[in-house]
Amino acid sequence: MSDERYEIRFSGSGGQGIITAAVVLADALGSFDNKYVCQTQSYGPEARGGKSKAEVVISSSPIDYPKALEVDLLLAMTQTACDAYFFDIKPEGLLVVDSGLVEQLPTSRAVSIPFTHIARKEIGRELVANMVALGAVGYLSNQVGLGSLEKALLARVPKGTEKMNSEALQAGIEAARKIDIDSLPRSVLSDWDDEL
Amino acid sequence: MPANEQVKRVLLQGNEAIVAGALAAGCRFYAGYPITPASEISELLSVKLPEIGGTFIQMEDEIASMGAVIGASLAGTKSLTATSGPGFSLIQENLGYACVAEVPCVIVNVMRGGPSTGLPTSPSQGDVQMARWGTHGDHPIIVLAVSSVADCFSVTVKAFNLSEKYRVPVIILSDEVVAHTREAVALPESEQIRVIDRISPDVPPEWYKPYADNNRGVPDMASFGDGYRHHVTGLIHDEHGYPTQNPQEVEKFYKRIHGKISKGFQDIQVTKTYLMEDAEICVIAYGSVARSALKAVRLAREQGVKAGLVQLVTLFPFPRKSVDTYLRQCRVAIVPEMNMGQMSREISRVNQANCRIVKHNRVDGHLISPEEILKRIVKA
Repeated sequence: MSDERYEIRFSGSGGQGIITAAVVLADALGSFDNKYVCQTQSYGPEARGGKSKAEVVISSSPIDYPKALEVDLLLAMTQTACDAYFFDIKPEGLLVVDSGLVEQLPTSRAVSIPFTHIARKEIGRELVANMVALGAVGYLSNQVGLGSLEKALLARVPKGTEKMNSEALQAGIEAARKIDIDSLPRSVLSDWDDEL
Repeated sequence: MPANEQVKRVLLQGNEAIVAGALAAGCRFYAGYPITPASEISELLSVKLPEIGGTFIQMEDEIASMGAVIGASLAGTKSLTATSGPGFSLIQENLGYACVAEVPCVIVNVMRGGPSTGLPTSPSQGDVQMARWGTHGDHPIIVLAVSSVADCFSVTVKAFNLSEKYRVPVIILSDEVVAHTREAVALPESEQIRVIDRISPDVPPEWYKPYADNNRGVPDMASFGDGYRHHVTGLIHDEHGYPTQNPQEVEKFYKRIHGKISKGFQDIQVTKTYLMEDAEICVIAYGSVARSALKAVRLAREQGVKAGLVQLVTLFPFPRKSVDTYLRQCRVAIVPEMNMGQMSREISRVNQANCRIVKHNRVDGHLISPEEILKRIVKA
């Protein structure tokens, strides 16, 4: 029912920078790639912890309903988020998880990348795991110019943290480049049918 | 406008677009107290207003905020406050003062779940009737609703213009979804924006009658400090601004402050329609729900159902004339709302056309989905 829409949901827990990642993506698409874009979010009253969810709906025409209807790409940064939101993915959609935090996958059509581990080891700050994930989501979704993503990120992150965030973004893009999407099952639902 | 057209678009939140609209309309004073989901309006104005010579004050509460807004407007400055349900309750006393003293001002209420502290981070449309009748007494007021980021800009400009033109408080009802949704929008250039200012007296100060009637019912308004000394009170007053209980003067006063709104009804009532030309079923919606309704109507059309959307921008005075046209045209009107049915009762009230009114109410803290409305359309 959402033919020309492409919908991305970022999910995790409060404090992981879920909403910030979605805002940067929306800015890249709307301000630099000139696409129609709606970014929404839902969150609890807590500043840390609690479920956090942000969505980006992308279209080449004006967007009526601003929230996701059938998710094309779900990023899950916690097991809880993965379990809660997996069922909103469309069959040909893609699940992307932080492999260190989501160990039990509901599908084989999933990309597991250790975002938090990369942030800690390669960048030196766990804080930028969201930007590592954003890089991977940007690459895997194939909806946004990676240069636009970089520009939007530099415009949105706090002064003095540009280099760190930009390196995190690139690390995420590089990690995603190594994934062979075509080797994954075609559907998130029936991936084992052929094997049984 | 095609997406590839070379217009500079910026990614804004609904709350940020309200700020942009307020500044474009000439607002130079803000007093408020932070509250989710309206806080971004305060935060941004605390930076922007001082940069352009305006004034931002964080007050001790919303009662005082509304008082400060009235004071600033009486001194000639276009003024704004923004809050959510609990704060909206607190401003009501002073809001009545603004109605009776005919002080132009704009109040944004970003609705969240209520009553009381309710659901602080969830959307709702539970304050619709309160926006009309929250302060006591027979008072004139204008209530507008926003449904998108672009709306947040243009409706805020319209709110200031109506407020100045009719010397009446204007309430903008937003909700958590509209407030926090980010969209890339191209804001109009300042020369494309029509800004209306209150009319100042052109008589010498000693001849000035601050509440004298004229053919518009809207007295010329002098700013405090301009030499036009006059009395402002919450008591019912004569044309000089002094309290009166003289029945003729009292009745004349009430009739004028209500009459000025009905005289401007055509200008004040704003509705938008989509796919209504041949519609047999209409969805009447406002705020973020209007976007779900638009999707639902498009999906219904794909199934061959002649459905259309009537989006209410003006909620009060209730746009009876334009809604009546569509109630006569359609056999069913579906009214989806994130409350127990506050606007559907207005629609039922004006329905004289035997149109079947179907309520659809969702009160679980989530935006109504297109599928829910589609089901109602298909069943209708």
